[in-house]
Amino acid sequence: MALAGLFLITFLPVHLIINLMLLKSDPAPFTAAAHFMATFPIVRIFEVVLFAAILIHITYGIFLQIKNWLARPVGYVSGSKAETSFFSRFMIWTGSSVLIFLILHFINFYFVKLGLVKGNPEDFYNMARNLFAVPAYSYIYLVCFAVLGFHLYHAFNSAFQTLGLNHRIWTPVVKIIALFYSIVIPAGFACIPVILWILR
Amino acid sequence: MKLTLKIWRQKNAKSKGNFETYQMDSVSPEMAFLEMLDSLNKRLVEADKDPVAFDHDCREGICGSCGMYINGHPHGPVPAITTCHLSMRFFKDGETVWIEPWRAKPFPVIKDLIVDRTAFDKIQTAGGYISINTGAAPDANNIPVNKQNSDKAFDSAVCIGCGACVAACKNASAMLFVSAKVSQFALLPQGRIEAKERVKAMVDMMDEVGFGNCSNTGACEAECPKEIKISNIARMNREFFKAF
Repeated sequence: MALAGLFLITFLPVHLIINLMLLKSDPAPFTAAAHFMATFPIVRIFEVVLFAAILIHITYGIFLQIKNWLARPVGYVSGSKAETSFFSRFMIWTGSSVLIFLILHFINFYFVKLGLVKGNPEDFYNMARNLFAVPAYSYIYLVCFAVLGFHLYHAFNSAFQTLGLNHRIWTPVVKIIALFYSIVIPAGFACIPVILWILR
Repeated sequence: MKLTLKIWRQKNAKSKGNFETYQMDSVSPEMAFLEMLDSLNKRLVEADKDPVAFDHDCREGICGSCGMYINGHPHGPVPAITTCHLSMRFFKDGETVWIEPWRAKPFPVIKDLIVDRTAFDKIQTAGGYISINTGAAPDANNIPVNKQNSDKAFDSAVCIGCGACVAACKNASAMLFVSAKVSQFALLPQGRIEAKERVKAMVDMMDEVGFGNCSNTGACEAECPKEIKISNIARMNREFFKAF
């Protein structure tokens, strides 16, 4: 689960770079990048690995969560007042929110590419910009990326600990990188509908 | 001082159980928490009622028996101590104190605040020992061990197996306990010989008895009365990967 999660983390900057091209008034760079991602053979192999990682991460995450719930059938009346990392307590819920967004994202784009949903797969640029013109979609998008940031912050740290990569010097460094990454990446995605709204 | 106690009462492993309320009107701040429970039990016995059953043995913080969940914390609100070291001066006059047993499927309640911690024994029996002949103390002293590893092994070995880590973890995970036991051996030359078999057997048993999984919340480390660090869990994970 940690390995699949780290792989998904590395994919996010690639997606972000392409998405940032939506900010250009000329659709050519975004369309070219989207076309490259859809046709280049190595990327196609990468896509299979990516879907496998998503599937492993989600199914294993749900399996472990159910096992964890079963391990404590009766809870505490006085709750838990232990000092813990705040976001670590809600990983299944932040993860589920990201999954709901992912399903929405697939319906809007990936299913169009597969021909399952009506639309022009060669014109993702206008499809994306039109979606961002819908206020409700933009709000959901912003909330989902804020939640992704919460999920990423704990996930980044947690993956290293799970893989046994705990170090007196490097673990604090990983924590700083995790904080930076979990702010910059979601903020990068979130700035797109905001900038498009300002420019409109 | 006056306190209201809400204590989990359960006749036996099969009965349902519920919270009972007890008013304590003359609790001295100098009392230990277990002494306060003793005084309640004295009162209950004198009134021909069933006393509150709770585990205790050494009352010196080293046996790991006195596990109870007090006001949202295993071993109570004071960090790095066991319930028997908890003083009543940490409670306020008029406070309501909730006292619950450890809650985890592998730790079933036997009676009131006593849980069956045999699950820990099973994990320990699976591999928490050295089966080779390591000789006597002079033989051990002939093997050079670097100071860092020796200190870390000792820090892991201070785990008293009380189960507070399981009680504190939202997943009822026993990974802090198991990792401390794995680490105390893995860090020393005598323990390295069976390190692979040990970590696999202990982790397998931990899963088999039904503990949850670690999601790295750090609650176990925050609540451990012996301040066992979660770096032990990372070490156990490393040992586990190396075992294949």
